[in-house]
Amino acid sequence: MKNGEVVKLIDVYKTYHTGDVDVHAVRGVSLEIQRGEFVALMGASGSGKSTLMNIVGCLDRPTSGRYVLDDADVSALDRDQLADIRNHKLGFVFQSFNLLPRTSARENVELPLLYGAHRLTNAQLREKADAVLASVGLAGREDHHPSQLSGGQQQRVAIARALVNDPEVVLADEPTGNLDSRTSVEIMGIFQQLNERDITIIMVTHEQDIAAYARRNVVMRDGRILKDFNVTQRFDATAELGKIAPIDSEL
Amino acid sequence: MKVGSTLNIALRALRRNKMRSVLTALGIIIGVAAVIAMVGIGNGAKAQVEAQIASLGQNVILIFSGSTTSSGIRTGWGGAGTLKIEDAEAIRREVPGVAAVSEEVVSTTQVAAGNQNWFTRIYGESADYLDIRQWPLSDGAPFTAQDVRSANKVCIIGRTTASQIYGNDDPVGQILRIKNVPFTVTGILTPKGLSTQGVDQDDVVIMPFTSAMKRVVGGTTLRNINVQIGDGRQIAAAQQQIISLLRQRHNIRAGRDDDFTVRNQQEIADAATATTAVMTVLLGSIAGVSLVVGGIGIMNIMLVSVTERTREIGTRMAVGAHGSDILMQFLIEAVTLSSVGGVIGIVFGIGASQILSSYAHWPTLISLSSIIVAFMFSAAVGIFFGFYPARKAAALDPIEALRYE
Repeated sequence: MKNGEVVKLIDVYKTYHTGDVDVHAVRGVSLEIQRGEFVALMGASGSGKSTLMNIVGCLDRPTSGRYVLDDADVSALDRDQLADIRNHKLGFVFQSFNLLPRTSARENVELPLLYGAHRLTNAQLREKADAVLASVGLAGREDHHPSQLSGGQQQRVAIARALVNDPEVVLADEPTGNLDSRTSVEIMGIFQQLNERDITIIMVTHEQDIAAYARRNVVMRDGRILKDFNVTQRFDATAELGKIAPIDSEL
Repeated sequence: MKVGSTLNIALRALRRNKMRSVLTALGIIIGVAAVIAMVGIGNGAKAQVEAQIASLGQNVILIFSGSTTSSGIRTGWGGAGTLKIEDAEAIRREVPGVAAVSEEVVSTTQVAAGNQNWFTRIYGESADYLDIRQWPLSDGAPFTAQDVRSANKVCIIGRTTASQIYGNDDPVGQILRIKNVPFTVTGILTPKGLSTQGVDQDDVVIMPFTSAMKRVVGGTTLRNINVQIGDGRQIAAAQQQIISLLRQRHNIRAGRDDDFTVRNQQEIADAATATTAVMTVLLGSIAGVSLVVGGIGIMNIMLVSVTERTREIGTRMAVGAHGSDILMQFLIEAVTLSSVGGVIGIVFGIGASQILSSYAHWPTLISLSSIIVAFMFSAAVGIFFGFYPARKAAALDPIEALRYE
């Protein structure tokens, strides 16, 4: 396992030109995230956290400033090079899961492998996908379609898809936004387990009690970092689930 | 490029939307089936005409008397009696490459036997005529060169004439009275059916031209001369030699028109097949329109599909798909739809033309080339109409696409 920072933003700006008005979404953000961190990126809507997340996720390029991901400057790469970086080094988890409909969990998880540099046989694809699905607790549901899975299970499939290429960083954009509170805690539990395995996680959320599962919180406002602190009273998903479980059983 | 993976991705995407895939391909299926069936019908008709032209005989040159007279009245082919028996003999003797010659006179008259009579066409020919026209007898024997020299009263008759005069009796050896002259029937021709002009070719009596000129038609001139050339490559040369030989024999000065007309079989065939070729093109292009409409259907569905699958495209890009991967995926989807539709359409088209030929008795001819062309065209339709939606999908911004509701 390598040490040091995996994500390093140096004085990053992002300005959108919409008509006559320039929108300064991110104004001079410098941020370092070490390997094995679990960071929650917080802020109200319009604070620039989503724009920053898009830049960290190599979906967008900064207007100015530098972005060093895994010791390589990716601020000036073109569309296709960014796509390759996303494929090799990043895993995405979305608020609305973004699974392919009418497609089995296994095939959804195989998706990043299909766009990878290595040609894998169908048997190899299957083996890798099934292993990752098992690691998020979905063994036996490989052939289920998204419509046959609960919201929490769908998000687990999405997490498995994010993990299948052994990424440097897992990026989660409001991963619990579409889930009930119990399932949200379950998903946080999975993130905490992954983090125990030294997987770096960066999560956007606006919920204080979800951010409390992370190790570090970064709060943004008006395109700048307002607060950056380590979580002192961290929630443990296993413990929290224990508190919720009795309520569920009464229903 | 990861062609294998992209193919895999595209096929998975099509499988996810089976109903839509089938309906989209249906446009191409119908288009290709229509093209195959229509061109099959057209080619069948053309082949039938060609077969009938070929029944005139192989490598045949026809020389008709007439064209103009010295008084300036044009009489049409076979009109003015300018061809003499000696002309035919000269051709036989002097033109190299000539395999066979048949002097021809034609008349229509009443024929009778017993209490039956019938109005039919009388052909006077040489003994080589049946060989030239590749027209075998079904029964009996042909007349001979000796019969021609002696102007014997013998004839062979077509199936229609035979059944009109003799009913079910065997005509061979029977007497047929033509202009009250008794002729002996020596043979019956195999049936040929209708000619391209719709004339019953089996309604005929064929006899030595000498007998015909002496006892039936009268006169001393021939309507036309049929010349068969041994080697097809010598037809043009032989045609020229016949023209110069006849001009010389008829004392036609340079600059004056021929008093005869020479046509070779190919020219006649070309004229006759021109109509059916036009029909084939017409039917094929009407069917082609439906193929294009099918292609537009593919484009329509692909465009809807790109919009509907915007988030899917965004997701694919987020996990590492290049624009070119997305382009290839949608292009492969379109081409798969159109070429699978093409194959099914070819099967349906062959089936449709089989049904047409067995129920409507239309001759159909499906050539390998029309199958290949139809398939290539349907694949090309997929590429052409799939490209625009595919490019639209590939140009999507991943952030916008992910956010799309």
